[in-house]
Amino acid sequence: MSFKKTAILAAATSAIAMSAANADTIKMAFIDPLSGPFGPSGEAAYTSYLLAAEHINANGGINGDMIEVTGYDNKVNPKESLVQLQKAIDDGARYIMQGNGSSVAAALIDAVDKYNKRNPGDEVLFFNYAAVTPAFTNELCSFWHFRFDAHADMKMAAITDWIKTQDDIKSVYLIGQDYVFGQAVAAAAEGQLTEKRPDIEIVGNELHPLGKVKDFTPYIQKIISSGADAVITGNWGADMQLLTKAAAENGSDVPYLTFYGGSKGAVSSLGENGIGLLHQVTEGITNLEASDEQYALIEEYKERFPDYDYYYHRVWNVMDMFKKAAEEAGSTDPIPVAKALEGLSIEHAYGTATMRAEDHQIQQPLFISVVSDDVKYGVDNIDLGWKLVDNGTIAMDVAEQPTTCEMERPE
Amino acid sequence: METLVFGLLNGVSYGLLLFMLSSGLTLIFSMMGVLNFAHASFYMLGAYFAFTISGSSSFWVALFIAPVLVGLVGAVVERYGLRKVHPNGHVAELLFTFGLAYLIEEVVKIVYGKTAVDYRIPELLNFSAFQVYGASFPAYRLFIIVIAVGMLIGLWFLLKRTRAGLIIQAALTHPHMVGHLGHNVPLIFMMVFGIGCALAGLAGVMAGNIFVTDPAMAVQMGPIVFVVVVVGGIGSLEGAFVASLVIGLLQNLAVGINASFADIFGFLGLTEMSEVGSINISSLAPVLPFLLLVLILIFRPQGLMGEKEL
Repeated sequence: MSFKKTAILAAATSAIAMSAANADTIKMAFIDPLSGPFGPSGEAAYTSYLLAAEHINANGGINGDMIEVTGYDNKVNPKESLVQLQKAIDDGARYIMQGNGSSVAAALIDAVDKYNKRNPGDEVLFFNYAAVTPAFTNELCSFWHFRFDAHADMKMAAITDWIKTQDDIKSVYLIGQDYVFGQAVAAAAEGQLTEKRPDIEIVGNELHPLGKVKDFTPYIQKIISSGADAVITGNWGADMQLLTKAAAENGSDVPYLTFYGGSKGAVSSLGENGIGLLHQVTEGITNLEASDEQYALIEEYKERFPDYDYYYHRVWNVMDMFKKAAEEAGSTDPIPVAKALEGLSIEHAYGTATMRAEDHQIQQPLFISVVSDDVKYGVDNIDLGWKLVDNGTIAMDVAEQPTTCEMERPE
Repeated sequence: METLVFGLLNGVSYGLLLFMLSSGLTLIFSMMGVLNFAHASFYMLGAYFAFTISGSSSFWVALFIAPVLVGLVGAVVERYGLRKVHPNGHVAELLFTFGLAYLIEEVVKIVYGKTAVDYRIPELLNFSAFQVYGASFPAYRLFIIVIAVGMLIGLWFLLKRTRAGLIIQAALTHPHMVGHLGHNVPLIFMMVFGIGCALAGLAGVMAGNIFVTDPAMAVQMGPIVFVVVVVGGIGSLEGAFVASLVIGLLQNLAVGINASFADIFGFLGLTEMSEVGSINISSLAPVLPFLLLVLILIFRPQGLMGEKEL
């Protein structure tokens, strides 16, 4: 199984390398986990980048240049990521993509800032496609960092707005990973719930070690005995999958409101128990009405990478916006691209996405979806998939959150 | 009350799994005189073998075949590896098992890939056994308890009630004397090592699908198993049993406690606002076994039921 996967990856990369022989190559480095408990999260995104790059190259590349995406395994370790960043820069990469783990993103933002300060004319841009700690586009914002995913406060606002309409939810349990992102999610949930539904009681606020818990049973039983009517979690990767696995085993039957319920294996480990209960907030789901092209893309991805599902829609947004910015700037150098990205809008399969200039935070509609057995595309190779909930579309301007960013821009 | 009941149930099933792992390790320690660093790797092999076998036939076949395969691998390692290294002393043996652990991990990565494999609970046992306080207790965990208790009785019977067990026990403490009496001591050692590894393999078969079957599972389980063996008293099966249950219960019950340090030591003036006061007992759960290890080594170096000191 994994041999086949590697072979496909190798074929994909070599095809890119071959077609790139005649033109200049734009080297893009993908620094994320490609092994360990979060390996599948990284690989699902990596394969998305490979396919997106392949499509762009097949259509003539960007200003005639070909994209080459290379994966660097950082094992979700900030220190390891800095080593990989240096390696990527040495290999000639000027664009860095990362998303799994805000701890890593924080280290990369800082490292990229320093590198750019010390190497004028040789700058590097950081495309963050999934690390959603709000601070990165607020007090820690940087000109060199662009975030293509809604941040935790935006997603939490979507969840809490939905909870506001659910009168039967009287108590909520918060569970998350014990690091900067998990803490941000818990803080956002507490703050927004007290504001929007002061009657709701937060019956638990639990942080567990990141990627270390193999059996969530004790946590689930705490949730059950707390009598909570709903659970909110920002867990992702294996922490999401194992949480749902324990929830299914122990018969926890309350709604789970998640950021990353789409993590590989989460839906299949809940199985039928997840129908109507497991929710997620994303920038798009495969079962929304879309163009035939989009359907073809979803099917092509599944065919090429049968272990994964088309989940990282935002990866296509990253690449499409990059392409459009480079074409508008008439250059693939980081500074002109960065300036062109500011305020740039694209029409993607599920709506409009705009890169807000003042903080480099993408603004786009969000969708709340729930596991259903009545869907066009299943996930995890079973018949269950994601279906939009009633009134589940959050318009761009509703999803938007204010920023405190005061950005320093280069001349 | 609910948390207590669940903590007990889960603690016992986790503790028994730990015992399956540590019983083999403690037997092997009595024999070699050094800790086998690769022991948790055999646990991992058990899970991966079970994944492969249950993919091509069924979990029930895997339940029997996988531990036997792991036991055979263990026997081969003893016969052609450890036995050759043994004359060079304990340090060489220790380094050998250390290297072996890395070797097994890398081989597993090459064969099965770097990420977790989808090893599942058999459909037959994928239902809830009973309900307590609104939560259901999975049948598979009950099954683990049954298998572990069965293994415990079997092991006890083998060692204490059969002639073979008598010879094994004698060979562990007085190998030369047993050799002089005409028994093939190297063969006995090979069997003990094989059985120890098979038990670890069985634990892997049982645990791989409720936890995660990935190349890191050996590294994650290894330290806990050492803690069990040291706390129980190195070389003592009874001690390993008690220690497994204590650690299993400790970890599971601690997660269920909602109190923070401030709640407990509030009378000393500790508040929720201070850094120490805001620590939750539940977030300390992963540390507790190691705290226990340190305390045991300070106050009772021979372990709960061990005879010799480290």
